[in-house]
Amino acid sequence: MNVALLKPAPEHAPNDLFADARSRLPGTGPVADVRAASFADFAARGLPHRRIEEWKYTDLRALLGQVAPLAAVPDEAALARAKAALAKLDVTGTTRFVLVDGVFAAELSDAPDAGVTLRRLCAVLGDEANAVRADLLRTNATNDVMVAFNAALATDGVVLGVADGARPEKPLHIVHVATQSAVSIATRSFLQLGKNAQATLVESFVTAEGAHDYQTHDAVVIWLGDDAALEHVRLVEDAHDAANISTAIVTLGAKARFNSFSITTGAHVSRYQAFIRFNGEDTHASINGINLLKDRQHGDATLVLDHAVPNCDSREEFRAVVDDSARSVFQGRINVHPDAQKTDAKMMTRALLLSDEAEADNKPELEIFADDVTCGHGATTGALDDSLLFYLRARGLPEKEAQAMLIQAFVGEAIETIADDSLREAAETAAERWLKARS
Amino acid sequence: MSALLEVNNLKVRVEDREILHGLTLTVNKGQVHAIMGPNGSGKSTLSHVIAGKPGYEVTDGEILFEGDDLLAMEPDERAAKGVFLAFQYPVEIPGVATMNFLRTALNAQRKARGEAEMSTPDFLKKVREVCTRLNIPQDMLKRGVNVGFSGGEKKRNEVLQMALFEPSLCILDEMDSGLDIDALRIAADGVNALRTPDRGFVVITHYQRLLNYIVPDVVHVMSHGRVVKSGGKELALELEESGYAQFEDKAA
Repeated sequence: MNVALLKPAPEHAPNDLFADARSRLPGTGPVADVRAASFADFAARGLPHRRIEEWKYTDLRALLGQVAPLAAVPDEAALARAKAALAKLDVTGTTRFVLVDGVFAAELSDAPDAGVTLRRLCAVLGDEANAVRADLLRTNATNDVMVAFNAALATDGVVLGVADGARPEKPLHIVHVATQSAVSIATRSFLQLGKNAQATLVESFVTAEGAHDYQTHDAVVIWLGDDAALEHVRLVEDAHDAANISTAIVTLGAKARFNSFSITTGAHVSRYQAFIRFNGEDTHASINGINLLKDRQHGDATLVLDHAVPNCDSREEFRAVVDDSARSVFQGRINVHPDAQKTDAKMMTRALLLSDEAEADNKPELEIFADDVTCGHGATTGALDDSLLFYLRARGLPEKEAQAMLIQAFVGEAIETIADDSLREAAETAAERWLKARS
Repeated sequence: MSALLEVNNLKVRVEDREILHGLTLTVNKGQVHAIMGPNGSGKSTLSHVIAGKPGYEVTDGEILFEGDDLLAMEPDERAAKGVFLAFQYPVEIPGVATMNFLRTALNAQRKARGEAEMSTPDFLKKVREVCTRLNIPQDMLKRGVNVGFSGGEKKRNEVLQMALFEPSLCILDEMDSGLDIDALRIAADGVNALRTPDRGFVVITHYQRLLNYIVPDVVHVMSHGRVVKSGGKELALELEESGYAQFEDKAA
């Protein structure tokens, strides 16, 4: 008997996963072809690991082992649990588009404001009259393997459009709720802002009570037309044994404004990768965020900015508060293309380490092919300042309270960049909850 | 007169170097003690050890505050008990609004003493009153703690805290450093307004100038980690005339 034959091939499980899921994945013809090709790509490459440069600090083979089977379509009980989780959301006053275990839940979602169109991804992919439907699963922005995985398995998502000149008053809010355990949840959503449109997009990742150890695989694809402005806020509050692998692909038109903030307090393993491309001149983007990590949490923010045209500004500031033996990763890449003169790009990371075992890894990369640009990056990593701690304690604050006040100040300075008051408060609440759990 | 602060034979090391070599000092309620001395004589070390700053090792002696062992207490417990150190260099704390800091600190002290938290209206009223008295513009309180404050503003912020927290022992560490004469007068007036029969002050200074504004009851001269001479306020003037050299020799 040949023992080696009994050992499953390393990619055996994922192949089963796709075979099992295939029958329920929306889209036939060219959509199915893209899915099969994407999955073949994933199966050939496997989960990214430390020898893949873009993933060197976030070895998903070590951290996840393998991808979990796709979640079942949520039943009534699952939807009821999702509803209970929604009731606890800090973010209110938004137009909610709720995805439960990767499936759009109309009964939990709101009707869009005037000027906003909403379609389900599965409906668009299934619309055989739409000749370009398969393009929704393709991208030129990256050949990242987890984006390929997402293309293969995305079950649903929302396709949102904001008409030229429209300014929906309420933020558009995509809420991801996980109710199942030991499953993969794969979603892909889209937002297109027409010319001179203004909107706010919120993405929340939350867990229904009792859901554990699931993997969220999300992608969001965003286009800003000329003169459009988007405020973008992400709140990652997944269960502490879950994984969240998310990608944003953003294309910016001329004279556009993109202001993005991501806060991660949840998930055992999280990776937020954003590929942002300047396609029109005189556009400004600021991409900020903060990771608040403890225990053995691993949080990765990886940004790739492509300054493809002249006269655009970008500002990136990511902060991290890292306790216990948690690890925060920031990778920032700025590509300045040959024609992108007068690019002004700045990138900064600040990490606050609260324990000896905490770790922060920073990898800035600047690739500049134009000669008249301003590009800079900086990084600081350190503990709480002893002289500040002593000042606060000498004024009567016990040690934990003094630490909390300084951490809150560090976090607060980052959160200040969120323009919307109620969203800023929601981010503050998430940070406070993290701090409280610490003390 | 009852003793507020008793420092007995205090010996303090920083790393491998002994800074205080058996210092003894008693401050009674209602008194203002000035501690003068050249740079490096251990004046600031004494203030830090009383307030509980980490990094100092007490190898001998004791510090009693109203009869209690101060060295056994955490810095925040000392503050709640009524020990206040006005810092020579008040730190800037970006991201912490002064108002929030003041209220949190005051209520932390009250909580430690088993008192109820001060209500927001009462707190605001008290802050307003103290600010008016000390000529502190209210919008200074909206900024981060000491962030972008001038030297004078930082020192006034220390006096403001002193007035708010109402400690029974105030230690002023080189309050005059970096202040022009007008700023010094304002800060000193603030301190003088707090002089009561129940409260004691330790005023640490290199120069006699400050003592024109805050007139001490007792003046001590420190040199090489010891008190080498004590006397009345005229001692400060004498020092101004003849300098510290005479004491340097005596201690050597």
